[in-house]
Amino acid sequence: MILDGKCPSGPLAQKWDNHRQDMKLVNPANKRKYRIIVVGTGLAGASAAASLGELGYNVDAFCYQDSSRRAHSIAAQGGINAAKNYPNDGDSIFRLFYDTIKGGDFRSREANVYRLAQVSNSIIDQCVAQGVPFARDYAGYLDNRSFGGAQVARTFYARGQTGQQLLLGAYSALSRQVKAGTVKVHTRTEMLDLVVVDGEAKGITVRDLVTGQVGCYAADAVCLCTGGYVNVYYLSTNAQGCNVTANYRAYKKGAFFANPCYTQIHPTCIPVSGEHQSKLTLMSESLRNDGRVWVPLKKGDKRPPHEIPENDRDYYLERKYPSFGNLAPRDISSRAAKEACDDGRGVGPGGFGVYLDFSDAIKRLGDDKIRERYGNLFEMYERITDENAYKQPMRIYPALHYAMGGLWVDYNLQSNLPGLFVLGEANFSDHGANRLGASALMQGLADGYFVIPYTIANYLAMTRPGAVTTNHPEFDKSRQDIENQIKKLLSINGRKTAKEFHRELGKVMWEHVGMERSEQSLKRAIEIIPGIREEFWKNVRVTGSGAELNQELERAGRIADFLEFGELLARDALNRNESCGGHFRVEFQMPDGEAKRDDENFSYVAAWEFKGVDQTPEIHKEPLVFENVHLGIRSYK
Amino acid sequence: MNLNLYVWRQKGPNAAGKLQQMQAKNISPDMSFLEMIDEVNEDLVREGKEPIAFDHDCREGICGTCSQVINGIPHGPQERTTVCQLHMRKFRDGDSIYIEPWRAKAFPLIKDLIVDRSALDRIIQAGGYTSCHTGGVPDANAILIPKPDADVAMDAAECIGCGACVAACPNGSAMLFTSAKVTQLASLPQGRAEAARRVCVMTEAMLNEGFGNCSNHYECQAACPKGIKVSFIAKLNREFIKAHMS
Ligand SMILES: Cc1cc2nc3c(=O)[nH]c(=O)nc-3n(C[C@H](O)[C@H](O)[C@H](O)COP(=O)(O)OP(=O)(O)OC[C@H]3O[C@@H](n4cnc5c(N)ncnc54)[C@H](O)[C@@H]3O)c2cc1C
Ligand code: FES
Repeated sequence: MILDGKCPSGPLAQKWDNHRQDMKLVNPANKRKYRIIVVGTGLAGASAAASLGELGYNVDAFCYQDSSRRAHSIAAQGGINAAKNYPNDGDSIFRLFYDTIKGGDFRSREANVYRLAQVSNSIIDQCVAQGVPFARDYAGYLDNRSFGGAQVARTFYARGQTGQQLLLGAYSALSRQVKAGTVKVHTRTEMLDLVVVDGEAKGITVRDLVTGQVGCYAADAVCLCTGGYVNVYYLSTNAQGCNVTANYRAYKKGAFFANPCYTQIHPTCIPVSGEHQSKLTLMSESLRNDGRVWVPLKKGDKRPPHEIPENDRDYYLERKYPSFGNLAPRDISSRAAKEACDDGRGVGPGGFGVYLDFSDAIKRLGDDKIRERYGNLFEMYERITDENAYKQPMRIYPALHYAMGGLWVDYNLQSNLPGLFVLGEANFSDHGANRLGASALMQGLADGYFVIPYTIANYLAMTRPGAVTTNHPEFDKSRQDIENQIKKLLSINGRKTAKEFHRELGKVMWEHVGMERSEQSLKRAIEIIPGIREEFWKNVRVTGSGAELNQELERAGRIADFLEFGELLARDALNRNESCGGHFRVEFQMPDGEAKRDDENFSYVAAWEFKGVDQTPEIHKEPLVFENVHLGIRSYK
Repeated sequence: MNLNLYVWRQKGPNAAGKLQQMQAKNISPDMSFLEMIDEVNEDLVREGKEPIAFDHDCREGICGTCSQVINGIPHGPQERTTVCQLHMRKFRDGDSIYIEPWRAKAFPLIKDLIVDRSALDRIIQAGGYTSCHTGGVPDANAILIPKPDADVAMDAAECIGCGACVAACPNGSAMLFTSAKVTQLASLPQGRAEAARRVCVMTEAMLNEGFGNCSNHYECQAACPKGIKVSFIAKLNREFIKAHMS
């Protein structure tokens, strides 16, 4: 099937305006008759639920944490982009659009990305009105910095805690709606299934994580804002609870999963310290504004960093990419780091690390300025490694960080299943094959504050409110399926913990479907993963019962989905016989080792349809058409 | 390292709880405190026993989910550090460690180390926001904010809502938490319009939820992993008096 992204016609800059004119509205008096489910309360979910509630819809919002304020958006450090051009350094909506398309290695939809750039400015206004304490200069104006891959300073930030502050802003708007009675937040509640009635999304099945009760909610539309899936690699910068379950269950109910192989590896994370490692901690890449990346020039040089003279150091990013230097995009920086370490020039225990050195910046600006900019990051680094980065260079290494892929959505953020909308990191839409720094926060809030309030109305206006209730047999069936799965997990009583399976899967993913992929490695992964899955269902041990708070059961359910999803990710990577953005296939590279795209054959979105657990999924393609940009080679030299 | 743990175990809100002794063996000093508990839990699961239930998510000190009293101190011995960021190198081989949940009237226990902190959400719901609509707000640079005010707002906004302040307070007060939000918004022009009402409804909600009042023990500040200062409580009191005088 050829998929239609439903991009409005007309000139790029007018598409969104025209479309807003064309879309149907829901009469103010009718809005309260509609019920909308929003799963997830991160930037995307909280902003959507608050905005929809304010418009007058009845909203049920869900999150697995104990408070909606704890979604993983909270952990974003660096900042959020907008095309305000406050510094007068040449930024514009078109430039932000172009940078995002180019950064995504020409694998995203022009119309979506342009809209994102257009609404970016309103996001900053909205956050400031909420009281988000962005950094300011002494005159009281907002301060900007430049961020990974951008040559203009368009990033707004709140110390090293931008995500936290933006999320608390959205959470405050959400709290206001809770008080107003338009939104009900169901915390500690996990979505385990999507309920589809006559081809349209009409509800969800959830488990109350405190009582263990499995129950259903019906609605006129469902928004999934459930974040990214890179925990399929076991170790990542995501929170422990981040999962693919909501998305994957929707996929199993017919929603297409797009470009799962586009995963981002972040170049600046704290290296692994041992087998016990449960997560990897990101050091914001804003650090690369002032830190210089290097490794020893000679293999196996074990001298401490301060004893290695300038001549014996290789500032490899500055050397290879003179115009971007230490600010080269994430995929490029990550691969360069791996290359240096594979070459035997890595530093720290195990040799899986490179230096990020602040000594020049400290000389130039002084300790205090560096402390003001990055104090909390330096503290975090010291807590974890016991090393003082003011005195010695940080050690960093790439880690899994972000999922560009996600459920397929059209321009209206609606999946192929009518009534199912997908927002934020959970969808695939705006970042192509690689996301630029500070653009995920922008996208989550754009989707929630400024896109979904319009596009969902267009769908709802064509439906009768409350047409489906939980009395529909599909709900009963879904609940029974989920209860059966829970019973099954609890009854296996095997010898391995769910976590052991997760770690095993993660190793396969990192080795065979990680930073560098090849036909051979991917085929190997597709061979191994079903075996792990099979063993899981025979040999996993889940203690306790289903009728209580049971964290082992929660974990096992999520890992069961990862064990299927990992294979889908590998299949997508195998299908894509090109290198682009975060997807690097060793067979497809330039003589100098850069990614080699194949625009002729792969300028499309790969959207996968579920066909059964051990069946090959079916691919559907959405061709990508570029009318406003020239498909250049993404050079950062 | 080998450690001797005493962990609070309680099946549910109405069950009796007790400190259970267990061993943590072969612990690396580079592990985080939660990774140490992970190891203990893995062993428990393999033996078919119920693992220790505890709240956690980001494991990087920002989501405010983790919540354990370690040797009598919320978040443990290291200053300005959440449990998830606390590392085992802060302990010595052979140490005994007591691990308990947050204890406060307003935080009913759910299981083992997990408590219900939704009362904090309800304080925010009472009025911890500016009532701006989505869209229809002025340009961000139309509101100039002197840097010192913006800095105070940011200092206050760093609160992660973990509730350590409540757990540390002999009165189980949520004054530090409430004052941080009051200060953040009262320091900014866009928050001033509702400042008087906000401080009243938030403090009222705080008392209704069963949190105690502040009698200047300052344990909250000592326990706060984000360095939120008690001077914000003074600010809350000033705002409160101002609200009642006008
Ligand atoms: C460490 C780190 C730093 C980052 N820094 C930046 C940055 O500086 N700039 C930038 O632009 N981006 C950054 N990003 C990326 C960005 O933070 C995320 O992409 C973005 O915040 C995702 O928001 P979201 O709303 O889509 O999802 P999330 O914030 O992850 O929210 C997901 C929500 O879904 C809920 N949920 C998930 N599954 C279920 C389920 N099955 N049932 C019920 N609820 C469920 C969760 O409870 C949560 O509420 C960073 C990411 C990380 C990990
Ligand atoms: S787990 Fe997030 S702050 Fe500790």
